[in-house]
Amino acid sequence: MQAYLIEAAYLIGTALFIFSLHWMSDPKTARKSVAAGALGMLLAVLATWFRPEVTRHLWIIIPIVLAIGPGMWLANVPLTAVPQRTAISHAFGGLAAGLVGTAEYFYWFQMEPEMFTSFRTIALILEILLGFLTFTGSLIAAGKLQEIKWIPQRPWVYKGQQAVNGGAFALTLLLGFLLVLWPDRAWSPFVFILLIIMALNFGWMLVMPIGGADMPTVIAILNSYAGLSAVAMGFVLDNKLLITAGALDGSSGLILAIIMCKAMNRSFFNVLFGAFGQVKAQSDAGEKKEYKAETPESAAAILEQANLVVIVPGYGLAVAQAQHKVRELYDALKKRGITVKFAIHPVAGRMPGHMNVLLAEAEIPYTDLVEMEDINPDMSQVDVCLVVGANDVVNPAAEHDKSSPIYGMPIIQAEKAHTIFAIKRSKNPGFAGIDNELYFNDKTWMLFGDAKAVVGELVKSLSSGGGLH
Amino acid sequence: MTFATTASTIDYWSMIFVFMLATFIGIGVIRRVSRLLHTPLMSLTNAISAIAVVGAIMVAGGEQYPTYVRVLGAIALFASMTNIISGFLITERMLKMFKTREEAK
Repeated sequence: MQAYLIEAAYLIGTALFIFSLHWMSDPKTARKSVAAGALGMLLAVLATWFRPEVTRHLWIIIPIVLAIGPGMWLANVPLTAVPQRTAISHAFGGLAAGLVGTAEYFYWFQMEPEMFTSFRTIALILEILLGFLTFTGSLIAAGKLQEIKWIPQRPWVYKGQQAVNGGAFALTLLLGFLLVLWPDRAWSPFVFILLIIMALNFGWMLVMPIGGADMPTVIAILNSYAGLSAVAMGFVLDNKLLITAGALDGSSGLILAIIMCKAMNRSFFNVLFGAFGQVKAQSDAGEKKEYKAETPESAAAILEQANLVVIVPGYGLAVAQAQHKVRELYDALKKRGITVKFAIHPVAGRMPGHMNVLLAEAEIPYTDLVEMEDINPDMSQVDVCLVVGANDVVNPAAEHDKSSPIYGMPIIQAEKAHTIFAIKRSKNPGFAGIDNELYFNDKTWMLFGDAKAVVGELVKSLSSGGGLH
Repeated sequence: MTFATTASTIDYWSMIFVFMLATFIGIGVIRRVSRLLHTPLMSLTNAISAIAVVGAIMVAGGEQYPTYVRVLGAIALFASMTNIISGFLITERMLKMFKTREEAK
């Protein structure tokens, strides 16, 4: 195939990727995104395959055929497992970049050592560092999200961790310098392999100290790293399609990470350098406060009288598989002419936007899913706020209690509603181990039990014509 | 490979320019992505960042490479192809679920 045709295909591919991301701005146009992205990718694959020097077709066909099975499987995981799937996908992306970089290094070392310009060697080192670091880091992240037993959920820290990390970083820098200065000596491949080992270690060293609650930010950052490793590969191979597509991916991960940080009141630089804040469990020594419990029947009676109901969902809703029961509740309330909205906190769920997908799966119209910033000004007009499986994201302590570990985190102001019902599995404090002030509010009634069962009872009381008074 | 050219003719600066401009475009476009769609966005960018497939195809299928290098390329090709297939399919699957009130009925 003519070289200019290949470049033209890459150019069109780049444009299609940009349009693909552009159309994600609205759910109405989003379906075109996949078509544009897939078409761009098809062009890129075919154009590369038609390069004159690519002649070993069986070596291409076999991996592609083998990828169909795992690809289909990863595409059809339950939606609660999408965060793990995403992490595994980052791992694969990092592995691919790392392996291509390794292949290029050894080929050039043997055949074309004149290829090792300083620029290209630096890009090559960045490619394998980012690639292999993303590989092991993402595997650990996937393990934490999947709650695999031998990967601790809690942050894994030990004495002198900072010093060990700093030393490893200095060693990597030194190895990198050695390779840039002497990429083609007899001992250089040894340095290269050491760099790979360092990168593999960095991955898990960076993610192990991070607790399960911070995984949304971690996934977003690893997304960015996977993109940047593709950019580095583009520099190495002198390929602008790799650079543009990788840069689009890198900036996407960056923006999602910033949004996650803001939503949890973390500094972005802390996260970048792996120094994640740890939420320490606080034992509140203050007076023992009392919950006010309520039965689903009476709660249903109050819901019936409402004009505007806001449901605040958290990951607990998905864990209890309560999405479809919530949809029934939504229908039952709608039938009575009650307005129902869902208030979505940016960190509800386990990755950016996770809660929206879980609710969309239950066929709740996306037009009734409202972002935190948009619903907060209206919260004082809400008759009933129903909190399902959410905890820290509605804790008013984040707004005024400077001693609270979540102080400064933006919250959904559930406490402004006229009446609040909170569904909670047990009387224990939530994930972060902090008491939620909202639960002790005068206007709050607790509905204890499994989210799915409690919502089910609410629906039953409503549909049996419930109004007891 | 297209590297018959000598190293000095490859324009590093233009690559860095492309990187910078693509990053700005990326930031501009991604900022406007609906927050509803951040999970599908991530699976879509997963698939797009599997553009590493380009390098993998060149290494796995390139005439000039010795077998052990080719094996690395083939594994990389398998990994990026898995991402392409699963990334686009799961994005499509999730986007289908987002319906307006009229569509949901």
